[in-house]
Amino acid sequence: MSNRKRILSNIWQKFNSWEGLLFVILIIVFFINSIIAPNYLTVGNQINLFVLYIEKIIVALTMTFLIINGEIDLSAPSIMGLSACTMAYFYSNGMNFGLAILISLLIGVACGAFNGFWVAVVGLNSLIVTLATLIGYRGLARVFVEDRSFGYFPEWFNNLGQKNLIGPFPFALILFFILFIFALIILQYSGFGRRVFVIGNNKDVAQYSGVNVQRVKIQLYIASGLISSLAGLLLAARYGAIRGDTAYGYELEIITMALLGGVNIFGGSGSLYGVFLSILIVLNVRNGLSLAGLSGHFQTGIIGVLLIFSILGPNISKLFKDWNKKHKLFIKPEKIVESNHKEVDQV
Amino acid sequence: MKKILAHFNPEQIRESFLVLLILVFVLFFSTQIPDYFNPRFINRISTSVAVIGILAVGQTLVFLTRNFDLSIGSITGVTAYLVGQQLWYHPGIPPILSVVLAIGIGMLMGAINGVLVAYGKVPSIITTIGTLAIYRTFLVEYSHAVPITTNLLPDWIVNLNQVALFSFHGFEFRVLFGILLLVSIIFQFILRYHRFGRLLYAIGSNPSASQIAGFPDRRIVFQAFLISGGLAGLAGFMYLVRFGNIMVLAGIGLEFSSIAAVVVGGVSNMGGSGTIIGAFLGSLFIDILQNSLYRSLAVSEFWRDAILGMLILLAVAIDYLVIGHLRKKWARTGFQLKSEETSNVK
Repeated sequence: MSNRKRILSNIWQKFNSWEGLLFVILIIVFFINSIIAPNYLTVGNQINLFVLYIEKIIVALTMTFLIINGEIDLSAPSIMGLSACTMAYFYSNGMNFGLAILISLLIGVACGAFNGFWVAVVGLNSLIVTLATLIGYRGLARVFVEDRSFGYFPEWFNNLGQKNLIGPFPFALILFFILFIFALIILQYSGFGRRVFVIGNNKDVAQYSGVNVQRVKIQLYIASGLISSLAGLLLAARYGAIRGDTAYGYELEIITMALLGGVNIFGGSGSLYGVFLSILIVLNVRNGLSLAGLSGHFQTGIIGVLLIFSILGPNISKLFKDWNKKHKLFIKPEKIVESNHKEVDQV
Repeated sequence: MKKILAHFNPEQIRESFLVLLILVFVLFFSTQIPDYFNPRFINRISTSVAVIGILAVGQTLVFLTRNFDLSIGSITGVTAYLVGQQLWYHPGIPPILSVVLAIGIGMLMGAINGVLVAYGKVPSIITTIGTLAIYRTFLVEYSHAVPITTNLLPDWIVNLNQVALFSFHGFEFRVLFGILLLVSIIFQFILRYHRFGRLLYAIGSNPSASQIAGFPDRRIVFQAFLISGGLAGLAGFMYLVRFGNIMVLAGIGLEFSSIAAVVVGGVSNMGGSGTIIGAFLGSLFIDILQNSLYRSLAVSEFWRDAILGMLILLAVAIDYLVIGHLRKKWARTGFQLKSEETSNVK
């Protein structure tokens, strides 16, 4: 009996977290969507859902690292656009395709290192730095492509983006799952990940305890640049053509995915499990809205609401808890937890 | 030396440096572009700076409290569309009422930002990235992609762009530029002498200290966003006057121009320092640069955004490295001057 109670209370504790809330929301979204559309819960639709936004999802992984580290990278979509544009520009000017890809990846690394230099070495606020480079990198992309649109990439490149590689899974999706597991191990089960958290909690304390703050930050920005440029190339492969405004305005969704996943905007806490759940929520909400016949612009607005809610929600619940402590109108669910602790002590 | 230092502050030195920079740029472009100083070009700059300048005033107020307002481009677009639509349906609306309408719509959207930032404790960058998308969505959905065109609007609003208060050898002092000057002067005085302005500086330079001191920090931040929204509404009206054709993408990217103007003008992104004069000079600089690049043959106009981003970065870096150092020096010399004075009195 007591064992069962303990298990129940453990489950309650698990669900009483942000991830639990996300899980419940996800189930509700699934439920509503499957009522609206009968072919919603098919494997094909679920994979298609991922494929439509795969580039944003990949960049959301590095964004999670940066936000946990207490910084932000608003310039990621511009790096995506810039690397896709440079690849298309060099290829259409007669360069070897492999070399063009390599150069555009290097440009991504250089862009990330440039951000990292201003943030970590000079010590400027990352918001304003990446806001400036958000404009600047986009401007550079426009310098390369001007008003034109580039296409006619090699067939294998287009196939990589548009056709399935293994079974029903396209290349980008497999790449995402590999990167996700890789990121999960680094962030949550490695020394580097602990350093990312420590710096996010308190930069000065981390510095004084011997963590090389500068190096970690620059590494993160370089990783962000590299992954963003990779995502830009995947976008080019999927669309088969590139323009100056490729990946314009993606920062909204990328940041929403990270913050809705429970990553603290001030740094120091968050987990990739939560981010994965929030990715699923964002994708399924978008899918549900388009099943309901609402336009892409309307969906963007809803994503904006989700972004604000992901911070406003916890703030309001904290306000409510404080108010509850003062007035004691509602009975708190902490009783179960207390009894659980007692039992553990007796054992 | 100390006496000379006591007469100036770092902001003034920065602003005079900016004036010098504007002159250098103008001289440079006048060698590159034939017939650079003709009155039509100068007049065009004076009207196009009016939109960015008004936005920069609002952005300055928000920047002083250590916040960002990225949604003002969308607010400008929405207001321009809504006011244009009302003037289309009801051509009899008097000019004053339409300006008040524009400011009211802007304030409403600014109030949403303000409530979320000041009372909801959502960081301003997150709030305004979200509302940037939400307001734009509203515009797209509401307008059904039907553009407002000049032939739908009453004549006075189409002609208002050309109306000059007085002119001198073809150089016109246009109404829009007049509004910008008026707004700038009013807000410069408010920031310098009014209680509200001083509170903005106090909250921006040290939020926790001002909270402990009992300043109404939430209300002031809210009001800063409210005014920023209202000014963006006014800028939306000017946008309507200037272009006449309003599409769903109206005003996109104006938030970046305004931030560039403010930051180049020496308003610190860490809050608590900066003036409207600086913001005005910054917007003049950005606008001259943009308009000159359009006409320049040597430099492609596609470099515009790349240069804009670089300028923001440079301005912030200079502000952080040089001006911050100067300010510390000034603070020390000011302290020494005061202690000498008091010792003399004794």
